[in-house]
Amino acid sequence: MSNATQPTAKPDERVKEISAFRNALIRPELGGIVGTVAVFTFFLLFAFDSGMFNSQGIMNWSVVSAQFMIIAVGACLLMIAGEFDLSVGSMIGFAGMMIAIFSVTYGWPVWAAIIVTFVLCTAIGALNGWIVIRTGLPSFIVTLAFLFILRGFTIFLPQVIERKTIIGGILDVAEGDWLAPVFGGTIFKGLFVWLGEAGLIATFERGTKQGQPVVDGIPMLIIWAIALIIFGHVLLTKTKFGNWIFAAGGDAEAARNSGVPVNRVKILMFMFTAFCATVFAVCQVMEFGSAGADRGLLKEFEAIIAVVIGGALLTGGYGSVLGAALGALIFGVVQQGLFFAGVESSLFRVFLGVILLGAVILNTYIRRIITGER
Amino acid sequence: MTGNSKFHHGDPKGAVQPIIEMKNIEKHFGRVIALAGVSFDVKPGECHCLLGDNGAGKSTFIKTMSGVHQPTAGEIFFEGKPMHFDDPRDAISAGIATVHQHLAMIPLMSVSRNFFMGNEPTRKVAGISFFDKKRADEVTMEEMRKMGINLRGPDQAVGTLSGGERQTVAIARAVHFGAKILILDEPTSALGVRQTSNVLATIDRVRKQGIGVVFISHNVRHALAVGDRFTVLNRGQTLGTAARGEISPEELQDLMAGGQELAQLEGSLGGTV
Ligand SMILES: Nc1ncnc2c1ncn2[C@@H]1O[C@H](COP(=O)(O)OP(=O)(O)O)[C@@H](O)[C@H]1O
Ligand SMILES: [Mg+2]
Repeated sequence: MSNATQPTAKPDERVKEISAFRNALIRPELGGIVGTVAVFTFFLLFAFDSGMFNSQGIMNWSVVSAQFMIIAVGACLLMIAGEFDLSVGSMIGFAGMMIAIFSVTYGWPVWAAIIVTFVLCTAIGALNGWIVIRTGLPSFIVTLAFLFILRGFTIFLPQVIERKTIIGGILDVAEGDWLAPVFGGTIFKGLFVWLGEAGLIATFERGTKQGQPVVDGIPMLIIWAIALIIFGHVLLTKTKFGNWIFAAGGDAEAARNSGVPVNRVKILMFMFTAFCATVFAVCQVMEFGSAGADRGLLKEFEAIIAVVIGGALLTGGYGSVLGAALGALIFGVVQQGLFFAGVESSLFRVFLGVILLGAVILNTYIRRIITGER
Repeated sequence: MTGNSKFHHGDPKGAVQPIIEMKNIEKHFGRVIALAGVSFDVKPGECHCLLGDNGAGKSTFIKTMSGVHQPTAGEIFFEGKPMHFDDPRDAISAGIATVHQHLAMIPLMSVSRNFFMGNEPTRKVAGISFFDKKRADEVTMEEMRKMGINLRGPDQAVGTLSGGERQTVAIARAVHFGAKILILDEPTSALGVRQTSNVLATIDRVRKQGIGVVFISHNVRHALAVGDRFTVLNRGQTLGTAARGEISPEELQDLMAGGQELAQLEGSLGGTV
């Protein structure tokens, strides 16, 4: 047996060297990178003159993409942890409505309304996760139930309290609030004034705003998107907890046996998804100045599609936050780009279906390469 | 290692206190009685083989030892003190490392991420603790090289390894974290000849470091190659524990087959039944 204890590490001649191309393929972000390049090339070639690439146009699709990014980060980490949340869209509607009811109807200070809504919504996220863990039911079913429950309350509550389904006047009560601008404000205003004066971006030519830049700053929505992407990416790839997220979604049983606190990881990811949905909701409420019972419709699917385009596997255990962010960018650019290009907007859905199918097929192929299965 | 040299092959260990002692462990799954009172102990530096046919309850038994299952009845003493494991984390932190039969490896994750799963090394930067990937990668490559596995890189996914290589990674991981007890659930049943002898050599090496090894097998030859003591499980019950040299391969084989010849064997088991 003495020879068996000797290290016999020779390259195995039966394992084919994996080519650099295949190596590049197994990066989860690949699909997102290729898609982003393709989409920008397409619109630069065919819609350059449409106004899509002047300062206003860029801000337009950036804001839409940032919205998708905020919910995609949450959905991405949750999907890698092996679960889904179909209640994201309803949560967006619910969170917005809660802020409106607390601040407008009950007259609470807006900062208190926002904080209480965050606590309430992440608690509902925790409840989602707790039910999934305790019952062992697929998260698909549990969160589908919450899709209806939360939407129902979002329609019911304003009707009994205010006798309407849209509550406005939030901007008035948010005047002078310290927390509201963290979601609804814009920053770097000085920079944009300077850019306008330098002639680098367009300025208003007439009216009361004459001389001011048409884009007056970076909306906080975009800052939130970037912050959440960085947070999610660092958490997933650079921390111990990130390893637990991969492990929980890769094989919960194996992870548990190795001492990974799988239940805690999954419940925290449900809470984080709810947190992201609430960020989306607060930004939207501060932008529109109102909350509506139909806000956030279908957002859960848009988030999941962005995540899948970004290279994550629907079965969990594999994916990338940067990929999901690129998926969201593709989503936003195409949706707004088709609008700028004057293409009938229903075609956007056709595009979405096609790209979703393509992404899932590509991901399945990549999975085979990684795991070596046939 | 010389301090532990008294623990090598065949020495009497009667006086040594067991690291873990399981007394009359029962485990019921609803109406299924998987374990009906099993007693078992592991001493430092020995390899205690748990033998039994498929379905005998071997995996269920070691899962009560590694915190995956809580016994329905029975007592566990760890280093002489009563112990209760709520979950695998408890058992791991007490020093019980387990390589489960259905491997605790995640195919989609890299070898180095698998190696440190649940045990990630961290490094503090600006007060925030980060996963120390560089160290994880270095240690993984080093440990794999020691075990005779040549990785393309620490980022290679476990899914691309063969069954034997995965087993080796799992064992290397368990050994690396300096356990007091190493439980191996049928590590050789899916392996070829070379890899089997590799695993058996590893068991021998680990035992010499003073670690107590629980080696589960239904292959008598593999067990006899490294075992110091042998316990046979049949239909959830122990048929007895025998020390090396007290029992022949044929007798072990018969015991595993259902103890039909138990009456005749009792003498040779030396009253340890
Ligand atoms: N989680 C469980 N639920 C119900 N029955 C189980 C469970 N785990 C094991 N068993 C039963 O316990 C018995 C022993 O199984 P196991 O410990 O896996 O045997 P072995 O590892 O010796 O082949 C089998 O009859 C099996 O069906
Ligand atoms: Mg078994």
